[in-house]
Amino acid sequence: MKAIHVLLVEDNPADADLTRETLEAGKLHIDLSVAIDGEQALQMLKASYAAGTKPDLILLDLNLPRKGGRQILAEIKADESLRHIPVVILTSSDAERDVAQSYTLGANCYITKPVDLRAFQSIVAAVEDFWFGVVKLPVAGEPARADP
Amino acid sequence: MCTMHVLLVEDNPADADLTREAFESGRLRVDLSIAVDGVQAMELLKQEASRAGGTTPDLILLDLNLPRKNGRQTLAEIKGDDALKHIPVVVLTSSDAEQDVTNSYALGANCYVTKPVDLKSFQDTVSAVEDFWFSIVRLPHDTRNHSQPADGTDRAARIRC
Repeated sequence: MKAIHVLLVEDNPADADLTRETLEAGKLHIDLSVAIDGEQALQMLKASYAAGTKPDLILLDLNLPRKGGRQILAEIKADESLRHIPVVILTSSDAERDVAQSYTLGANCYITKPVDLRAFQSIVAAVEDFWFGVVKLPVAGEPARADP
Repeated sequence: MCTMHVLLVEDNPADADLTREAFESGRLRVDLSIAVDGVQAMELLKQEASRAGGTTPDLILLDLNLPRKNGRQTLAEIKGDDALKHIPVVVLTSSDAEQDVTNSYALGANCYVTKPVDLKSFQDTVSAVEDFWFSIVRLPHDTRNHSQPADGTDRAARIRC
């Protein structure tokens, strides 16, 4: 089975671990990369573009050191080689302004992180089920095949 | 219980009926408007956006192959309009063509879903879209009650109504 490549941009190691564990417990083979801030995320995206291994989906926190999630979102959605990749905002912010601004900047959907552990896991599982089970993803986001 | 406003842009009456039935059998109350082509969809959206206190839809389900103005053009206009671009657009189409998928995402589609041919699968797909967008996702300009339970367990209730 071909692996699905997800880039998680998250500075909180506990949230990153929880997301990884939930994705690993799912039915699908998911290859998760983690960037801990916006600068690193953009570097990884540019490197993956050059290598032909762009992620199929990006999970993006909003409050990040160095370069915030809003700025990364804006840069991804303004970049013709990246803008087709779905970006799911996964943040603790419940502020209406953050929600509206994220959609306006081109976020594909906005999800608030539940505080409760099990609710957090069920949210990550729901994202996985919907985006990899119901939705059709762009082929250009597929990881490059290992053999020609 | 709150009502979700969905605009379906669909020229095929059978598919529109099926979508309506799937929403009616769901848990949420969905107020479904139907536009039969892109021209009608844009007229409806612009009316709603300009009307004082008017409410644009919470979600748009957009077919790609439509008469008069097709779905690609309609999508580009919605995502190019500051008063409308925040509304999530789910492309719901029979097209499985890679070019349509990638092009839709590049134009700003929030997600792309292919219509299954089989009746039961079609209804399951509409239900999955409903569940995800109205129970998991936080929608913009959501003025409904967002009281947050301390334990965070009642996720759907917290996010929606």
